[in-house]
Amino acid sequence: MKFDNKVNRKEFLKLTGIAALIGVGGKTGFSLYASGQEPETDSDENKNKIRYGLLIDTKKCPPDCTDCSDICHSKHNVPSYKSKKIEIKWIWKEPAKHLFPENNWDLKPVAAKNVPLLTVCNHCKNPPCVRVCPTQATFKRDDGIIMMDYHRCIGCRFCMAGCPYGSRSFNYKDPRKGLTELNPDYPTRTTGVVEKCNLCAEKIGDGSSPYCVEKCSKGAIIFGNLNDPESEIRKAIEQDHVLRRKAELGTEPSVFYKV
Amino acid sequence: MIEKAFEGGKKYKLWLLFLLAIIAAGIYQYSIQLEEGLSITGMSRDVSWGFYVANFTFFVGVAASAVMLVIPYYLHHYKKFSQLVIFGEWLAVGSVVMCILFIFVDMGQPQRALNILLHPTPNSVLFWDVIVLFGYLAINLFVAWVTLRKEKANLEISKLIKFLILLSIPWAIAIHTVTAFLYSGLPGRHAWLTAIMAPRFLASAFAAGPALLILLLMVVKKLTYFKPEKEAFGTLAKIMLYGMLVNIFFYGLEIFTAFYSNIPSHKHTLTYLFFGLNGYSKLVPYVWTSVAFGFVSVFMLLFPAIRANHKTLAVAATLIFFSTYLDKGLALVIGGFIPSPLETITEYTITGPEFTISAGIWAIGALLVTLAYRMTLNVRQS
Repeated sequence: MKFDNKVNRKEFLKLTGIAALIGVGGKTGFSLYASGQEPETDSDENKNKIRYGLLIDTKKCPPDCTDCSDICHSKHNVPSYKSKKIEIKWIWKEPAKHLFPENNWDLKPVAAKNVPLLTVCNHCKNPPCVRVCPTQATFKRDDGIIMMDYHRCIGCRFCMAGCPYGSRSFNYKDPRKGLTELNPDYPTRTTGVVEKCNLCAEKIGDGSSPYCVEKCSKGAIIFGNLNDPESEIRKAIEQDHVLRRKAELGTEPSVFYKV
Repeated sequence: MIEKAFEGGKKYKLWLLFLLAIIAAGIYQYSIQLEEGLSITGMSRDVSWGFYVANFTFFVGVAASAVMLVIPYYLHHYKKFSQLVIFGEWLAVGSVVMCILFIFVDMGQPQRALNILLHPTPNSVLFWDVIVLFGYLAINLFVAWVTLRKEKANLEISKLIKFLILLSIPWAIAIHTVTAFLYSGLPGRHAWLTAIMAPRFLASAFAAGPALLILLLMVVKKLTYFKPEKEAFGTLAKIMLYGMLVNIFFYGLEIFTAFYSNIPSHKHTLTYLFFGLNGYSKLVPYVWTSVAFGFVSVFMLLFPAIRANHKTLAVAATLIFFSTYLDKGLALVIGGFIPSPLETITEYTITGPEFTISAGIWAIGALLVTLAYRMTLNVRQS
């Protein structure tokens, strides 16, 4: 691509649009700008308008409730196996000390350390899984959702090594055999591909929320556009004390925890 | 020329048949893996790479170590290696083929392997690894083949071949550096997130590769007319010794940084490997075996008399081979996944089918190296 004065705005957008489609340029490729020096205006205007995220209110989330993962896993045909070794998980709970190992747990009571907190794909702004994927089967959408193309994934599991959150699962065997009920509205996966939370990309297009958010009767999960200063999620993040998992790694998770 | 590879006695034919039988067993198990998925292996959600990737990593090193013959001979005109260089190149060819196969059998969707080239992704280290591995295979195959033909016709090698030989030197460094980058560039995998991963890989490679070559040449010496010079063995032994010393030094650096800084996440994997963590200690005996083999072999090789004696040299080379294999092949890859990003420990145990498939790949490597060595020896004899 040659950028000179002769390239007008329309052409420029077209070129960058194509580049974004095939996944070069922008943040998925070797960025022209080192992180932190990114220009204020992104080539793809839409990119900066929307960045979906979640805010999990840990105080509102009852420790023994599994409503959100139940609905998510049944709606997305996530198989369940007896063996923990090869399990598939999109949204589930882990002891607080495991989600935030860098926290000072020293003098906290055991109950506080072990309180189960929700975990899910963080839909990072700088996703290592996208960086390492050799086929762009994992990619970042303009709205910030980290998506997977299950038909392109070669099952190398580099993304699983790359994800610092343990958010990814691999289909060690035929996932259809682990399903008791089939939701015909969502595709099942095949043996040998990685999968994870897609932030209900199939559903949120019409303005509705992900299943986990809808199902939660306590309102413990807020979904919204992090880049909209007027959104509920943005206001809550600005006002409350919030945490992100392993923020020091620079992945910039879009999932926040209110503590 | 290729027909020369199949000329040999009854024992030779039996050896080939033996290798073919192992390959057949591997292919059979692989067909089951294709049907059942990778659930037939010991890998899990937490330890998502296992024996296949470990072997891949180790044999990239063996492949790269061919430069330990190319550099002395072509850059320093060390004549004692003139007859041996091609054996190093053939070993590199066999090793790279094994690497490619180990990556292939590790894929969940191998029929989509070409997606790596159909959707080239420069930000993925794996993409570059595929490029450099196939490039290295092509260079070594071409160079070894052409130099043998020229030798047969009693001709000098052309400038192009000379260029390719020189190119193979940085290329060898590249394959192992890129392979190290697969690990060392991942946030949150503390055991791998180390800037000296690539130098460590190269050091252990330059110990393991010459060790394997020494053993192979001893077999060649025993079974065929070809008797490599004593001094050549001695030089390979010294190279192996230096490689191993640097390797141990680098490992010591990792241990110092992790334990003196006292950062928990940096200590976890090493603690798991050497002492066990939270009651999990499956790899501990292997790691200490690796340590013991490493130190004993280095101590042995310090004595010129031990390096000069073929029997003791064979023992030291065997110890170095297994020491580096256990360290880089097993502990590094599997240890890197323990504990998991969610601070849990899932241990890994290799399964029978996984081992059989791996054995099939080793047999393919052995078959290629056997045929290439036999061809070279027969061509030289005629």
